[in-house]
Amino acid sequence: MNVIYQFVAGPLAWAAFILFLSGIFLRMIQLFVKVNQPEKFLLHYFSLRYGLRSIIRWLTPFATTNWRKHPVFTVVTFIFHGCLLITPVFLSGHVVLIDEAWSLSWWTLPDGLADLMTLIVIGSCVFFGIRRIVRPEVRFVTDASDFILLVIVAAPFITGFLAYNQWFGATWMTIAHMLSGQILLAAIPFTRLNHIILFFFSRAYMGSEFGKVRHARDW
Amino acid sequence: MSEAQNLDNKNQLDTATEAGISRLTPEKIKKVVDCVIKRETGVRFETYMQTCIHCGLCSEACHFYLSHDNDPHYSPAGKIKQTIWELIKRKGNVDRDFIRRAVRIAHTECNLCKRCALYCPFGIDIAYMMLVMRRILHKLAVTPLYIQDTAHSHSVTMNQMWVKGDEWVDTVQWQEEEAQDEIYNLRIPLEKHGSEIMYSVIAPEPKFQAQLIYQAAIIMNTAGIDWTMPAGVGWDNSDMAMYTGDNEIMGRVKRAHFEAASRLKVKKIVMGECGHAYRSVADMGNRWLGWSMPPVPVVHAIEFYYDLLKSGKIKIAKKYEKPVTLHDPCNVVRGAGLHEKARYVANQLCDKVVEMIPNREHNYCCGAGGGVINCGPAFKLSRTEGNSVKAEQLFNAKSRGAMTLIAPCHNCHSGLHDIVHHYEVGLELKFFSDIIYECMEKPEDK
Amino acid sequence: MTDKSAWDWDKGDKTIDTTGWSAQYKWVEELHAAPDGQTLAAVVNVDQGEFTVCVNATSWEKTFDKIWHLRFLNDGRLTALVSAMGQWTVAVDGSCWDNTFGFVWNPLFSNNGKHIAVAVQRDMRYCMALNDESWKTDFANMTYFALSPDGSKTAACVQVKDADSGQIQKFQKGTFTAAIDGKPWEQTFVNVWHLAISPDNRHLAAEVRLNLYDYTIAVDAKPWEQIYQSVWEPVFHPADGSVTAPVKSDGKWHMARDGKIIWNRGFVQLWRQRFSPDGSKLAAIVAPKFGRWTVAVDQELWAVSAKQMVTDLAFSPDSSKIAALFKSGGYWKIAVDGDLWSRKFDRVFTPVFSSDGRSLAAKVETKGKYTLVVNGKLWQQSCDMIWDPVFSPDGDKILIRFMKDGIYHRRIELTSNISG
Ligand code: HEM
Ligand code: SF4
Ligand code: SF4
Repeated sequence: MNVIYQFVAGPLAWAAFILFLSGIFLRMIQLFVKVNQPEKFLLHYFSLRYGLRSIIRWLTPFATTNWRKHPVFTVVTFIFHGCLLITPVFLSGHVVLIDEAWSLSWWTLPDGLADLMTLIVIGSCVFFGIRRIVRPEVRFVTDASDFILLVIVAAPFITGFLAYNQWFGATWMTIAHMLSGQILLAAIPFTRLNHIILFFFSRAYMGSEFGKVRHARDW
Repeated sequence: MSEAQNLDNKNQLDTATEAGISRLTPEKIKKVVDCVIKRETGVRFETYMQTCIHCGLCSEACHFYLSHDNDPHYSPAGKIKQTIWELIKRKGNVDRDFIRRAVRIAHTECNLCKRCALYCPFGIDIAYMMLVMRRILHKLAVTPLYIQDTAHSHSVTMNQMWVKGDEWVDTVQWQEEEAQDEIYNLRIPLEKHGSEIMYSVIAPEPKFQAQLIYQAAIIMNTAGIDWTMPAGVGWDNSDMAMYTGDNEIMGRVKRAHFEAASRLKVKKIVMGECGHAYRSVADMGNRWLGWSMPPVPVVHAIEFYYDLLKSGKIKIAKKYEKPVTLHDPCNVVRGAGLHEKARYVANQLCDKVVEMIPNREHNYCCGAGGGVINCGPAFKLSRTEGNSVKAEQLFNAKSRGAMTLIAPCHNCHSGLHDIVHHYEVGLELKFFSDIIYECMEKPEDK
Repeated sequence: MTDKSAWDWDKGDKTIDTTGWSAQYKWVEELHAAPDGQTLAAVVNVDQGEFTVCVNATSWEKTFDKIWHLRFLNDGRLTALVSAMGQWTVAVDGSCWDNTFGFVWNPLFSNNGKHIAVAVQRDMRYCMALNDESWKTDFANMTYFALSPDGSKTAACVQVKDADSGQIQKFQKGTFTAAIDGKPWEQTFVNVWHLAISPDNRHLAAEVRLNLYDYTIAVDAKPWEQIYQSVWEPVFHPADGSVTAPVKSDGKWHMARDGKIIWNRGFVQLWRQRFSPDGSKLAAIVAPKFGRWTVAVDQELWAVSAKQMVTDLAFSPDSSKIAALFKSGGYWKIAVDGDLWSRKFDRVFTPVFSSDGRSLAAKVETKGKYTLVVNGKLWQQSCDMIWDPVFSPDGDKILIRFMKDGIYHRRIELTSNISG
């Protein structure tokens, strides 16, 4: 078991990070290399002002018509995204590991709060999953990959929660947690999870088009 | 009408398109799909494909979805799923039935109105994806008959309605003569080099609605505008080739339009109350030709009237009395941000303006735009039934007093006409120019 | 070209007072000045539905129900399209062609002004008429017209097979072709556009679309072997008979001659190619990048560029210089041989070279007032209206035709007085 633990915590972790970073890096390179072919005008209309206007608008809860139209979804998605990003980065367990490895540390979440945020992420994934089943307009555009993605996202949180609370076999759970976290990281550049990054580009493009060329709002 | 009814059967298109479909082979379909996707799409397409998180948030943007009791087959992402996603997933290995459905969806169930771009958190441009689909259908030669014929007309005559060179000039001169009964020295100067403004229209004006040229002439002459109209190709600013995916013809037609302006050495182009033409001239056509912005400034009629009223070149003798409601055409509101100017014009002209709900950038499309009405009578019923939410919106404005519906766009005009009739809404349809003509101070006769 | 040496080139100013014209007629339309500046003409209305042409304050004898497209020819004659009793024809200096038609439009003039061609419609059939003589054949539809530079041949795109609107299958089999002097090519095409007649009058070239997707150039009905995504108008070489046209392949525009690509790079846009009169150079308006415009001469780009558009590309008559108009930020500048003149204007009209290419002048507009710019310097007069400048044969003098306060002026200036 120790061997497996070492392997997952060592080489596999590195591999996941490398995949994550290089995947994003390659995607970006591809984006910038191909941006001018065959549609030569895409960069031409780029406007920092209108691009940011659009990004900020859409990252503010209830600032757009459609966020207001779906209050429950909006609340869930913003809290979900917030917890999703904040929890792993500021979890004391994670920071301790990094401190041990590189003597780097930062502010950490109180454990109770971290637990709550973890549960929120898991709950949100359940919410999204149910939404995908019960809302006809969502069900229609849903396929198996969407559920797989939800599992990929929820898995590290579920296993982390279980491991931390020492349920089931804690070591096995920790291994499962590390593995699922690594899968999530590695999946980001290669699945629809790359909306994390592409959001800023597609939004900036539409924002620029609407602001600079069409003189209209895009929200 | 009988044709309309039996073709409203989902499994059938017009005979010419069916003939096109019957000629397709799996190899041909795959080849065309590969070619268009590989050679003509790029980062934008890929990003939209990869970013769409399948959240369905765009659904409520679409009047087709809303009008079909929230049937997800009509949601923006739902329509992409049934067309582009499937094509990509199956690597172009699709059959004729798939193509038949794609024709119906891409050509008659999406107005390319871009309302959904305001509802998708990622700003995914469904209209663009639909145009990619239409481009593929164009390359497969299965574009619906009526709009294909219109694209042919553009290719031959550079106008939308097979108007011949002599017919155009003759019609303009006829309207000039008619209008001289009202203003004795009125002119519609043809080919006047060095004028300030070239006025361009769409071919349905000389073909069916010559009174609009008449009204424009009265407005121009009263306001003392130094203007001209071209006597040769380029007088028509419309462009259905843009909507059939025949980008080469779109570009050719737009070049003719700009070259007419360039040849006449005008400072700007003023165009009549047409939305899709604005999109073709100032958004899509210019880009295909390599002009980032229109090389000669293009002023849409709304903006032109705004300037005339604001500067006092046109004065209103007596305001239009009946309460009006204002339809914001997609192509000049989401497309050009002219909504506030349109309101200024409406308020200057009319005693009372009742707002539609929703309005401005969020207004519902008329259901005719994006080439949908140009697919012909076979799809008229599905078009009007696909936009009951527009009828509701109109009824609501009517319940708050509106009696007249202003639609400053040709396509909207025709689309709303059909909706007003189909649902018996009971609103009178007008262009801005109808009301300006009716209410403005005109010069005293000699 | 017309012989300008016989004109009055003595320095001085002649005037024609037009202030009385409006009292003489119900209204006066646009003024036109003769190339030599000696006459001034306009379509005028004498009564309801009754028009004539006023030339130096004297009317043509005849009146017409309608007159349009009044133009001076290069040889000084005055022509217009006129209608009487529902029939249309061409009038030259007040007298009409013998033939009348249902409609006439799109007049074309030879360089020397001796020949006039028009598109005509008779009984809803179409053909061309040259110097009062119509083609022997007529057609169901006709688009795009051409007159050979010497004025001896006419050509048009014509429809030779019937296809009613809505018959898309028939149309896609090809119903159009090109006709020269009324003789159509045997082959038909889906579309035919932009005809060019060779300098020796023996060949006709056109843009053609073979089906909905494949474009090429056809010369004497024979399409090039290569097909393209699109093409623009072909031109003949002044001497060697070759045909050159911009063609689009792999998403880029290339310059092709007789079906072979000749420039080693592609462009976002490429059009309006011109040969120098001696045939030694080929220039074109190009967009090397999206939203960037300039001129390419034998595939070399000028260093200057414009953001909005480039127009009026022209060689000097002696082939030594090239001029074009550049528009950026809403203003126009003149570019000569790759250098932009510093002054910018609201509008610049087509520049004119002296025959030796030493001088270049153009009509320009600033804030609604017109003047001339000559070799980069402004003429110190601001006018209500000005016509294109004309150089004397030796280029030493400029004929300036302008309006100020209702008075027309014909002025001869020394070129050096303006350009310094
Ligand atoms: C910045 C890091 C982000 C991460 C890590 C992230 C992660 C996720 C995950 C894991 C899901 C659930 C996937 C699924 O339902 O299949 C999701 C869904 C979603 N995300 Fe993000 N996201 C990020 C940024 C954004 C941004 C900037 C937006 C834009 C507003 C956004 C909008 C959405 C939406 C609309 C959903 C759909 C929920 C659903 O119906 O399933 N995300 N995101
Ligand atoms: S562009 Fe308009 S019609 Fe098309 S899917 Fe979007 S909202 Fe519906
Ligand atoms: S709202 Fe955008 S991301 Fe969501 S399904 Fe529609 S297109 Fe896809």
